[in-house]
Amino acid sequence: MTAIVDTRTPNPKNFFPGQDHDWELVIGLEVHAQVTSEAKLFSGASTGFGAEQNSHVSLVDAAMPGMLPVINEECVKQAVRTGLGLNAMINNRSAFDRKNYFYPDLPQGYQISQLYHPIVGEGTITIQVGPDKDGKFESVDVGIERLHLEQDAGKSMHDQHPTMSYVDLNRSGVALMEIVSKPDIRSIDEAKAYVTKLRSIVRYLGTCDGNMDQGSMRADVNVSVRKPGSDFGTRCEIKNVNSIRFMGQAIDYEARRQIDIMEAGGSIEQETRLFDPVKGETRSMRSKEEAHDYRYFPDPDLLPLEFDDAFVEELKADLPELPDEKRARFMADGLSEYDASILVSDKAIADYFEQVASGRDAKMAANWTINDLLGALNKDGKSIEDSPVTAAQLGGIIDLIKADTISGKIAKDVFEIVWNEGGDPAKIVEDRGMAQVTDTGAIEAAVDEIIAANPDKVEQAREKPNMIGWFVGQVMKATRGKANPKAVNELLRVKIGG
Amino acid sequence: MSVDQSTVKRVAKLARIAITDNRAEELRDELNTILGFVEQLDEVDVDGVEPMTSVVDFDMKKRADTVNDGEIADDVTANAPAKDEHFFMVPKVVE
Repeated sequence: MTAIVDTRTPNPKNFFPGQDHDWELVIGLEVHAQVTSEAKLFSGASTGFGAEQNSHVSLVDAAMPGMLPVINEECVKQAVRTGLGLNAMINNRSAFDRKNYFYPDLPQGYQISQLYHPIVGEGTITIQVGPDKDGKFESVDVGIERLHLEQDAGKSMHDQHPTMSYVDLNRSGVALMEIVSKPDIRSIDEAKAYVTKLRSIVRYLGTCDGNMDQGSMRADVNVSVRKPGSDFGTRCEIKNVNSIRFMGQAIDYEARRQIDIMEAGGSIEQETRLFDPVKGETRSMRSKEEAHDYRYFPDPDLLPLEFDDAFVEELKADLPELPDEKRARFMADGLSEYDASILVSDKAIADYFEQVASGRDAKMAANWTINDLLGALNKDGKSIEDSPVTAAQLGGIIDLIKADTISGKIAKDVFEIVWNEGGDPAKIVEDRGMAQVTDTGAIEAAVDEIIAANPDKVEQAREKPNMIGWFVGQVMKATRGKANPKAVNELLRVKIGG
Repeated sequence: MSVDQSTVKRVAKLARIAITDNRAEELRDELNTILGFVEQLDEVDVDGVEPMTSVVDFDMKKRADTVNDGEIADDVTANAPAKDEHFFMVPKVVE
C-alpha cells in the first residue's frame, strides 16, 4: 500500500462549524459495484435478480466439498474496462486471496478477493460538484487507490421465523468490483458527486447497471474529522450504504457525532458502524470487530490472473465515449456547462438528447430536453426509458417551432398533448388548428381592434415603449395564442409608432 | 515463530472451534512442533526467487460468460440440517 497523501487544500466552504474552530471532513469511499455478466465470477450459475431462493446456485457457489472455481473471462474484461474508465493502471498480472470469516451467508467460510495484487491499480476521476447558485460546477480530482474483483456473499433474512435466520445463496459468488478511493473527498456534496460520477462511468461502460435499489452498487464510507489542514484523524467506517441520499445523511450524522466527541475532550475509536435510515443515525457494529482478523492468504485453487497488453488494447479500442468526453463535445456544440453536465449525467438522457439534436439546433434541443422533458419526467417520477414522448416526437415539435408553424408557447401545449395522448406533433397541430396565424391581414385586424378599444393605453405606450408588451398580450389573447409574436410586435411598433 | 496459549485460543475462536484450557495447552505444543518443522524452510535463501504458484507453467483456465449451471435448489439444500422452501435455516444471526 502506498502512503496516504493529502492532495487537497482546505476550503472553508466545506467546513463544519465547531465550538472553538471549524472542522474539516475527510472521506474515502469503497464502492462495491456488481459486475454486469450473465454468469457468476467462478461458476456457471446465473446472476439474474429476483429469482426463487437458492435457484441460481451451483455446487461451487454452495461451497460443496471438492468444487473448484473457474474464472469467468467476461468479468475480467469488465474489470479492465472499468479500470480504463477510471484512467487507472491495469495490472497484467493479479492474484486472488482468501479473506476468511464466518457468517451463514458465506458458505465457503472465506471470500475470494484480491488483497495483495489487485487487477487495477491507481487512477483518477474528475467529479463535478454543484451546480452552485450561478449554475457553475467545481471540478475536483479524486484519486482511485485500486479496483479489485471479489465474490459477493449470499443474503440472510431475519424476519421469517422467530428463532431462525433464512439464507438464500443466489448472490453468492456474483462478481463484484470493489473500487477504493483515496481519502480525497472533503464534503458531503463531493461524496455524492463522486458516487454519481462512478455510477455514470460504469453505466456508460456497461460494466455495472448502477442500480442501487437492487444492491448493484453500495458503498462503505470512511469518515474522519480534523482541524482544517491538520493530520488525518481516526476514521470510522460506515458499512453498506445503499443510496446516495442515505450516504449524505450517514456522513452528516457521523461527522457531527465525531465532532461532539472531540469537543467534549474525547477521542474517536476506529470502528465499523451501521447506518440506520429509519432513525437517521449510525451505530457501532461491535460484532464485526473480532472478525476483522481476516487471515488473508493466496487462494491455492486459483493461478495468477495474467493477460498481455494486446488484451487490454483491444478492450480500450472498443470503449464507448465516456461522460467527460461527451460533456466536452456537447460544450463544443454550444451548450452551457450546466446543460452539458445534466445531459451527460445519464447515458440514456444523453442518447435521447443526441437524437433530438440530430440535424437541429443543439441549444434548443437541450432546453426542451432539460426543461420540458426531464421536468415532466421528474414530476411524474418516470425514467427516461419510460418517457411517453419519444425523441422523434420532441424533435418534431422543435421543427414546428423552427418552421414558425407554432410559437414556443403553443409548443408547450403540443408537448402536453403528445405526453398525454401520443401522436405526431405536426398532425396534432394541423387537426386541432393550433398553427399560428402568419396571415398578416388577420393579425392586423386583431391589432387594430385592440388599438381602437384602448386609446388611453396607446397614449401611454407612446410615452413608455415598454407598454407595448401589454398590447402583445392582448393580441395573443384575442388570437388564442396563435398569432406569430414576431409579426404582432412589428405591427404594433409600426401602428403605435413606438 | 511460536504461538502462545492466548494466540491458540484466538485462532480457535476465529475458526469457531470450542476448546478447553487444557486442550489449548496441548494444541499450543502441537502447533509449535509443526511451526518448528516448517521453519526449517527458512534456511533456504529465496532472495529474488519468484513465488511458485504452480508446478507446471500454464495460464489459468477461464470460462465463457455462459449460464450452464444452477437451478438445482433441491440438490443444493439436500444436506441442510434445517430448511424451508429451499431456504437454508440457521440459528438467528442479527446485526
